[in-house]
Amino acid sequence: MSTLTQQAGPATAGPAHPLRQRRPLGDRTFQIVALACGLLVLVILVLIAFSTTQQASSWFKTEGWAIFTNDWNPAANKFGALAFIYGTAITAAIAVIMAVPVSVGIALLLTEVVPYRWARPIVYVIDLLAVVPSVVWGLWGILVFAPWIATIYKSIASGVAGIPVLDNLFGAPTSGASFFTAGIILAFMITPIVTSLSREVIATVPAIDKEGAYALGATRLEMITGAVWPHSKGGITGAVLLGLGRAMGETIAAALVIGSSATITSHLFAPGDSMPAVIANQFGEASGVFRAALIGLGVLLFAFTIIINIIARLIVGRSAEQGTA
Amino acid sequence: MEQPEQDITANPQLTETANPPLPKTATEPQVRPEQYAAPGETVFDVENVSCYYSAFRAVTDVSLAIHENEITAFIGPSGCGKTTVLRTLNRMNDLVAGARVEGDVRYRGASLYGKDVSPIAVRRRIGMVFQKPNPFPKSIYDNVAYGPRINGEHNKGKLNEIVERSLHQAALWDEVKDRLGKSGLSLSGGQAQRLCIARTLAVEPDVVLMDEPCSALDPIATGAIEDLMKEIKSRYTIVIVTHNMQQATRVSDRTAFFSVLRNEKSDTRTGVLVEYGPTEKIFHDPSDPRTEAYVTGQMG
Amino acid sequence: MAAITEPQLGPNLEEPAGWRRTKNRMATVLMVVSFVLVIIPLVFVLYTVVAKGIKIISWSFLTSGPIPPNVAPADVGGIGPAVLGTIEIVALATAMAVPLGVLGAIYLNEYGGKGVLARLIGFFSDVMTGVPSIVMGLFIFSIWVLHFQFSGFAGALALGCLMLPVVIRSTDEMLKLVPNPLREGSYALGASKARVTVTVVLPAAIGGIVSGALLAIARAAGETAPLLFTILTVTTANPNPFSGPNTSLPSQIFANATSPYVGAQDRAWGTALTLIVIAFVLMIAARIITARFSRFSR
Repeated sequence: MSTLTQQAGPATAGPAHPLRQRRPLGDRTFQIVALACGLLVLVILVLIAFSTTQQASSWFKTEGWAIFTNDWNPAANKFGALAFIYGTAITAAIAVIMAVPVSVGIALLLTEVVPYRWARPIVYVIDLLAVVPSVVWGLWGILVFAPWIATIYKSIASGVAGIPVLDNLFGAPTSGASFFTAGIILAFMITPIVTSLSREVIATVPAIDKEGAYALGATRLEMITGAVWPHSKGGITGAVLLGLGRAMGETIAAALVIGSSATITSHLFAPGDSMPAVIANQFGEASGVFRAALIGLGVLLFAFTIIINIIARLIVGRSAEQGTA
Repeated sequence: MEQPEQDITANPQLTETANPPLPKTATEPQVRPEQYAAPGETVFDVENVSCYYSAFRAVTDVSLAIHENEITAFIGPSGCGKTTVLRTLNRMNDLVAGARVEGDVRYRGASLYGKDVSPIAVRRRIGMVFQKPNPFPKSIYDNVAYGPRINGEHNKGKLNEIVERSLHQAALWDEVKDRLGKSGLSLSGGQAQRLCIARTLAVEPDVVLMDEPCSALDPIATGAIEDLMKEIKSRYTIVIVTHNMQQATRVSDRTAFFSVLRNEKSDTRTGVLVEYGPTEKIFHDPSDPRTEAYVTGQMG
Repeated sequence: MAAITEPQLGPNLEEPAGWRRTKNRMATVLMVVSFVLVIIPLVFVLYTVVAKGIKIISWSFLTSGPIPPNVAPADVGGIGPAVLGTIEIVALATAMAVPLGVLGAIYLNEYGGKGVLARLIGFFSDVMTGVPSIVMGLFIFSIWVLHFQFSGFAGALALGCLMLPVVIRSTDEMLKLVPNPLREGSYALGASKARVTVTVVLPAAIGGIVSGALLAIARAAGETAPLLFTILTVTTANPNPFSGPNTSLPSQIFANATSPYVGAQDRAWGTALTLIVIAFVLMIAARIITARFSRFSR
């Protein structure tokens, strides 16, 4: 670093030796640059909040609290977004309900069951799952998965016809593009992150506790429920929340398989819509308040996911500390 | 032998060492000068140094003088602060959060802790070898050339010369001259430590501080390094912390014995300098009973 | 972390009562089933993409343009513009996010320590990895596109924002792994903190940093949503990422996926295969680099 002021050549002993020296200029500059880059994270988050809210302000102003009504009709200048909020919530819920048991199961498999040399290939498979892009899941979802699962929906629907609660949930299938399909695809997509975070959390359980359980003659299941679960339930909750946030924000896969029908219905096999999906699908033709509404949905999405992520990270952080304490 | 406990936080002037039977520097009259060699020029003057880590006082009121072209050993039980004192000599304690030094350390007349003093300049003159060898994950050549390079030396020819000279001084040249490009991590423990010594010598420091340099090594590697120290003593001043008393007797000219003072009330320990003098005297004719207890093995 | 094996039972010792053993076995079966449940869709997706995509992949498919309209059959034209677009946009995003991210991680690990600001930045870095990619797209739309029009660069800004927290986190992890004695050795030779960081710490961690960056690139290359509002998917190649709309591989897949025309669908599969191959290659490269460059100390 040529900007550093330096002593040329080796130091010489003797009575006259300048120990005084300003701190090298490059050293100070480097520190400032590094700090600035770190602050960038905070700056960007704040800018996101401000700029998107500002762009969405016309929507907030014209609709006010009516944004939470189920009345989305751009042609008639109506932008009540409840259907999308509902769709996001339902699909994320389906995704989490399906992904969490599977992810925790895999995490336990990796940490408690398989011998070390088998763990690596399993982790590779999970990484492969994570690296498949969202749009490829969506492509496969709409062209291959949805038509196939439509037949299953039909048979389930005819099977539950007449049964009180079930036929409200599982009746009325159409083409396969539905809340439930989107939920399944989202479940595939959030499994890697919930699995890897659960693994990290379970790894912080002190080995002493596990050995203690075994030493009392516990089976593996009993050790897991007795020693692992109490330590990791906090962290796993955090991992679940992170998966939830991810499922809510996942756009393209949902946009392609959710059916794009802005309705609120209890029928899980019926087509619907979600916040990120409608933004992706309709942004191209939108302008004015319509566009402001779509950006406003983005603001809501941002707010929801930030809150969920903050809570999740706080829980995971605290439980990781307690685990190792 | 009973050691009366002192409440050191209440009375920083320790009565035990306030009337030391032995001088703090070797020039006071109690030493029989004709029996021990006269010291050379003073390189370090440690004046009433106490070291703190936040509120914890690790070392109390140490005063001694290090002399040129001598090997000075710091010995004592674990926790007595000898490494802490060593690290004040090149301001390495600055890197520990909350570390603080009271008193002064004068290096050839100038205060190391003065207002405008740059720790970087200090460390270029006062080098350090650590307990566990820590070669950089670079080639052997680059390890040794690192110091000169950050000093601004980029001439290939000069660097080659410096690297060869330093590896010779560290008694490592013959073993690695054909594989200077190999990683420094590929060396054995003793070789790696000699590499670290070569790296330190490459910037031609005035002083070399060594923090238990042989404790992670086998006896043969230890012997090689002790020979090295005696070999380079004529060009450098060396201060070595060691928990191995035999090593101190083998290599050092002067020895400082540190011990631990326990404060019963606050259950803290702090290090104190008990006795300092020519090695022969410390080991064969110590003035302080605690020194005698330690060097004869009664006290761990 | 190695699994702790179940204790072996010796003679004269009863196994746990039947019901306990059954529950235990069921639990193990469930865990294995969960893994299988995950392999199945993965295998199906990969199989479908490869089977349908390989028919259409060819050098001319990958390089020729412009991208034909949806009605055109599969053997007409190619996705060259999308390949170029992805390369341009992802390269720009990487050039912005990786240096800034590495410097940010250096602040966190070498300068910030346990201070409040550093913990805040670290915390919100993690939170930021959970911001939906579509929100990043809307953000850049609001703050850049409205003033400077659509361009590949706008897309790169959005992808860069996505990559930044990921690079910060993975770099931070690698820097933490560099043993402190290496830093001390450098300080003891009279290096300033910046020098220690640049000449010893970074080179020691570089393997992990690069592999983390590769994974971030793999993720960014597959993102569609942030590009929707920033590059305005077109069908002709645009070699200038700083002006004019652009396209990318995922954008093209999205545009074709809902089309009823077989030609468009085939092109989508071919593009999907290309994208997956790119992502896999990056992932494998990251693994290899991690394996080969991770020794810091004896």
